[in-house]
Amino acid sequence: MSFLLIVEQTLNGIQFGVFLFLISAGLTLVFGIMNMVNLTHGSLYMMGAYYAFALTNLTGSFYLAILLMIPAALVTGIVLELVALRTLYSRDHLDQVLATFGLILFFNELVRLVWGPENKRFDIPQSLSGHVEIIPGIPYPEYRVAIIAVGLLVAVFLYFLIARTRIGMLVRAGASNRMMVGALGVNIRLLYTVIFGIGAALAGLAGGMAGPILSVGTGMGEGMLILAFVVIVIGGIGSIRGALVASVLVGIVETVGRSTVPILLQGFLSRDVANTAGPALASMLIYVVMAAVLFFRPQGLFPARTG
Amino acid sequence: MRATPRLVAIAICLIVLAIVPPVATAMGEPYYLRLFERIMIFAIAAISLDLILGYGGMVSFGHAAYLGIGGYAVAIFSYYGVGSGWVHFPVTIVGSALIALFIGAISLRTSGMYFIMITLAFTQMLYFLGVSLEEYGGDDGINTDRSGFAKLIDLYDPWTLYYFTFGWLLLCLLISWRLVNSRFGMVIRGAFSNETRMQAIGFPTYRYKLAAFAIAGAMCGVAGALLANITEFVTPEYMHWFRSGEIMVMVLLGGMGTLFGPLLGAAVFLLLEEVLKEVTQHWQIIFGPLFVILVLFARRGLWGLIPDREDRDG
Amino acid sequence: MAEPILAVSGLVKRFGGVVATDNVHFDVTRGEIHAVIGPNGAGKTTFVAQIAGQLRPDAGRIVFAGEDVTRLSGPQRSQRGLARSFQITSVFRDLSALANVALAIQAHAGHSFRLWRRADRDAALVEPARAVLADVGLAARAHVKSGNLAHGEQRQLEIAMALATRPKLLLLDEPTAGMGAEDSERMTAFLATLKSRYAMLLIEHDMNAVFALADRITVLVYGRAIATGTPEAIRGNDAVRAAYLGDDMPDRVA
Repeated sequence: MSFLLIVEQTLNGIQFGVFLFLISAGLTLVFGIMNMVNLTHGSLYMMGAYYAFALTNLTGSFYLAILLMIPAALVTGIVLELVALRTLYSRDHLDQVLATFGLILFFNELVRLVWGPENKRFDIPQSLSGHVEIIPGIPYPEYRVAIIAVGLLVAVFLYFLIARTRIGMLVRAGASNRMMVGALGVNIRLLYTVIFGIGAALAGLAGGMAGPILSVGTGMGEGMLILAFVVIVIGGIGSIRGALVASVLVGIVETVGRSTVPILLQGFLSRDVANTAGPALASMLIYVVMAAVLFFRPQGLFPARTG
Repeated sequence: MRATPRLVAIAICLIVLAIVPPVATAMGEPYYLRLFERIMIFAIAAISLDLILGYGGMVSFGHAAYLGIGGYAVAIFSYYGVGSGWVHFPVTIVGSALIALFIGAISLRTSGMYFIMITLAFTQMLYFLGVSLEEYGGDDGINTDRSGFAKLIDLYDPWTLYYFTFGWLLLCLLISWRLVNSRFGMVIRGAFSNETRMQAIGFPTYRYKLAAFAIAGAMCGVAGALLANITEFVTPEYMHWFRSGEIMVMVLLGGMGTLFGPLLGAAVFLLLEEVLKEVTQHWQIIFGPLFVILVLFARRGLWGLIPDREDRDG
Repeated sequence: MAEPILAVSGLVKRFGGVVATDNVHFDVTRGEIHAVIGPNGAGKTTFVAQIAGQLRPDAGRIVFAGEDVTRLSGPQRSQRGLARSFQITSVFRDLSALANVALAIQAHAGHSFRLWRRADRDAALVEPARAVLADVGLAARAHVKSGNLAHGEQRQLEIAMALATRPKLLLLDEPTAGMGAEDSERMTAFLATLKSRYAMLLIEHDMNAVFALADRITVLVYGRAIATGTPEAIRGNDAVRAAYLGDDMPDRVA
């Protein structure tokens, strides 16, 4: 019983890690290559969820909505980059934090203005609403399996993009040494816009897929944003590989920790104390992990930057 | 002292703050008392952040943590029947300093973006800790009594509460002024200006920055304890990362690395918020982009707009 | 000669596959100016960084004033009397020249957990700082923001900050960097006046300065110390000539 619970929670953790990976993959590149602290990434995740909600209602098909939502998120990201963020690349981190903080307020209010303040719900598509036994004896929702599959596809797609294409070559060069890319005579502005757009599309995709299982509302992106920061810090700024490993790690620690720490504590603490301390400890767990990683490796697990 | 425009501005600010209670009472608008108490409390928070951000160059994105620690120090002790301010405030100051010491010890090993995100993450950790502590109201928050000081100070008297807050503001301004101009302050400012050089002339900068981080945390903790006293209510929202962001905006708005800038910034920020809320329910759609404009075009802050005879900040 | 103030033995530093410092043995005796020269990329900067404590060597020992300082941090070495100037001017640009030097004095006046008294009215800091500024000829510029000083003056301020720590050894990383001929000569003359008072490790590109000041010269090429000796010996050394082939170096210097 307890074993089944742990397996199921681990799968949930992986699935949550996929969301985190989709958000942090783009974000870690923005941080690493543009040297930009960007808080609006959570808003792009939120916009993705609202786009998916609106398009599902409009088209009546969740799949179509997701397909249409990706270019919408891409365009949103590109417009955001062109209008506001581009001028911030040369500013210091403090300016970037404050300006993008202001943009979060803007996006949250925009969403309230357009879609109203109440949370939105839309359903898992009929065709994915069943369960499947990936491991015999443990039925697991098909939709969550699909999310994990999409995450794997994106990871493979990014691997090929980065390992095999010219953009990827520039991204790799940029993450380890920003000056060098400039010296290569590349159109840096265009490269940045493209990277930002792809990052926005991935974050939006995460939001769209999260829509049916988490509630859609203003502020939904902020919790994810901060978890994505934790992921990036643990993984190492600028490293997609680091983002992947850390996403899964954070996803599992967060999910499994919440369900098992209170139970584990009951083993050696009184029930009352365990019931109070358990959830508290569980919610702090990933930050403890982060602090521990940084204590030993201040540059994260996979430091990408060399100069 | 010569009457430079800046000294005049300081005098006006302090006089205005000093006469709010009689004026508000005469106007029959007790709400203004609450508003200006909030301004002074956030000014204390902003002054404390400015110590490390403006003077020390440490971009801490988690300063709201200490508001929460101060708030919960008051609420939790009151919950267990310890209502004395002689306990609340010392516990707040020592507790905030110790937690800042812990957070700073790890965060200051890093720099740049890592530092920003780690300070943010630690505050988020405390936020979720607050949310998960059902005993103390969890998500919903917890009501609290005001701190008692025997017969000496009665915080249930509105004027007393106001001047109590004002007194703390003056004390924090004084501490901040002495601190930044002391030997200690010179080390902090030097480490911001050129850390490599500081180390080459023999300063182990880490321990001084850490001490400044703890002092700033303690001061902001006091702001949290005061906030709990005026609202008689504490929630994890005290530690929400939006609050950290807002305090940073106040510092930048008023003028980083200046003594009175944070006070000015807190006042303008909260007054502007009040005004915009009157104008439209969707005030944040204006407020947010204002930050962007502030950052892009007004880096020196409001304090920088007031002319000074010498081009030196104290 | 007495025991050396600085003794470096078997120093090695690698970056990936590149050996930036290759088994270097080196010393500076008290009252001596020992210059280190070498073509660009010879590893002079890496060498200085290891002695100053900014880089940890991979192997070897650094003994300063009779104490093994190999594992000590930069600030700890400074506290023991090792002062440095930087190749690229490194001052507190938003502070006055006086405040710059006062900070250096402060670093060696006990701990700085003094939170209340104003530092700029602290005679224990300001008076010695004025004396050092006068020493380097910047007395009249004491209250100018150091960022607004002329380049040559900033270089003097660099030295002043090093002197203010009352060092046993001055580690001067290209003190004439970026200077015109006139300023460069003035700096050389100034350093000559310090010669009797301080031991110096001088990194320098300006061969006029090197041959005017140095008691001994060490030549660094690709991280190796290929020769050490008096200026005359170095000038006549074949290996040095070979290393500098193509460069307009020692033989042109009279």
